[in-house]
Amino acid sequence: MVTTPILDIRGLRKRFGPVEVLRGIDLAVKPQELVFIIGPSGSGKSTLLRCCNRLEEPSGGVIRIDGVDMMDGHTVINAMRRLIGMVFQSFNLYPHLSALSNVSLALRKVVRKSRAEAETLALAALARVGLREKAKSYPSELSGGQQQRVAIARALALEPTIMLFDEPTSALDPELVGSVLGVMRELKQDGMTMLVVSHEMRFARDAADRVIFMDHGMIVEEAPPSQIFTSPREPRTRAFVSELTR
Amino acid sequence: MDTWSRFLDTFFKPELIRQYLPSIAKGTFTTIEIALAIVVTGILFGLFLAVVRTFRVLPVNVLLVACVDVMRAMPPIVLVLLVYFGLPNIGINIPSFAVLWIVLSLVLAAFAEEILWAGILSVPKGQWETARSTGFGFFSTLIYIVLPQAVRLTVPPLTNRTLAITKNTALGTVIGVPEILNQATTGQSFSGNATPLMMGAIAYVVLFIPVVAFGRFLETRFRWSRV
Repeated sequence: MVTTPILDIRGLRKRFGPVEVLRGIDLAVKPQELVFIIGPSGSGKSTLLRCCNRLEEPSGGVIRIDGVDMMDGHTVINAMRRLIGMVFQSFNLYPHLSALSNVSLALRKVVRKSRAEAETLALAALARVGLREKAKSYPSELSGGQQQRVAIARALALEPTIMLFDEPTSALDPELVGSVLGVMRELKQDGMTMLVVSHEMRFARDAADRVIFMDHGMIVEEAPPSQIFTSPREPRTRAFVSELTR
Repeated sequence: MDTWSRFLDTFFKPELIRQYLPSIAKGTFTTIEIALAIVVTGILFGLFLAVVRTFRVLPVNVLLVACVDVMRAMPPIVLVLLVYFGLPNIGINIPSFAVLWIVLSLVLAAFAEEILWAGILSVPKGQWETARSTGFGFFSTLIYIVLPQAVRLTVPPLTNRTLAITKNTALGTVIGVPEILNQATTGQSFSGNATPLMMGAIAYVVLFIPVVAFGRFLETRFRWSRV
């Protein structure tokens, strides 16, 4: 049986003026798969993620989420976006709202649930990231790791079909990285489909199903983590991986 | 008569205080009325203009910025005189109270727009992106995520500007609005004594000191440490 991919990208191109950042990306992410993207800065990893929910407008190509053509003019983009959970490097919690309100705001104002219902769901999402007791705290009262977990809960509460992580641990102090990766590991066990841009090699090694190496806007190599970190085929991958593991 | 009693006689003459207290009190209420009206319409209209500006429609914004700059550049008294004495010549008669209200509202709106716009711009791009990624449209992102932050950031300059402009209600005296200063100068010319003016000065202080304190309260109330 052929499973339809949750995320299906064909021939994706993106240019910023004269600079072509993505030069024909083909990528499919199957249900419950965790796909890791690595590559040097400027290789187009973040742009690829941001094209998936059209935070960045693609210049060409096809993107399907759960079979829905994201580029189709008839697609209601705001309705699709909430099914694509996105976690940013800089957390981006709303500083004027408590953790609970950060998580429940879209449930109330976008999904239009009642306050009580939205808060019940938000508390459940906060519990999933282990921060139920911080519901009343404001972002400024939380550590970086806690903020990022609230951000994950905020995306989770909308029951996304896929989660996109854009370097979720890069802005964290080393001792806080583990808590965020722990949450991501649990999401993986719960069967969440995930596309992750990150350089957390150890996490990639034991949680990723596939690792993709990108350079200059193209996918250079794609392999299971065991292979890409130990015996990469492409010289460029080898150079990058050896740099990372040095 | 020594200097001290001459001073008291000029600025604090008891019988004049008694005589002019009712008219100064009446003027105070008039000032409060106009000031409140100006604050409400001025800030709301300024907020509206700032929101319009976020849609970034070029011709609209060029016009908007041009009007705002003119309102900010012109001394309010010039506008007051222009509207009150100019418009009747083309058949438009606006009562003096309304002239003062409209002109100062427009001036406050112009400054409020600039201040709020700066506040909107200072909300990081990531806030917009995050909101959009959870399904908020442009307008609801503005309403629920960006404006609440922009307004909090701009409470101090907005309070200052509002104070500066509501104090300009004293300009009403040149077109005969019976506010504090008007009542005070009337009293001064009838009595030939500065006591009514001093009473007016005191009325302004009594009126605006609480506003200054309230502004300070708002600042601390709405402050939150940025992440």
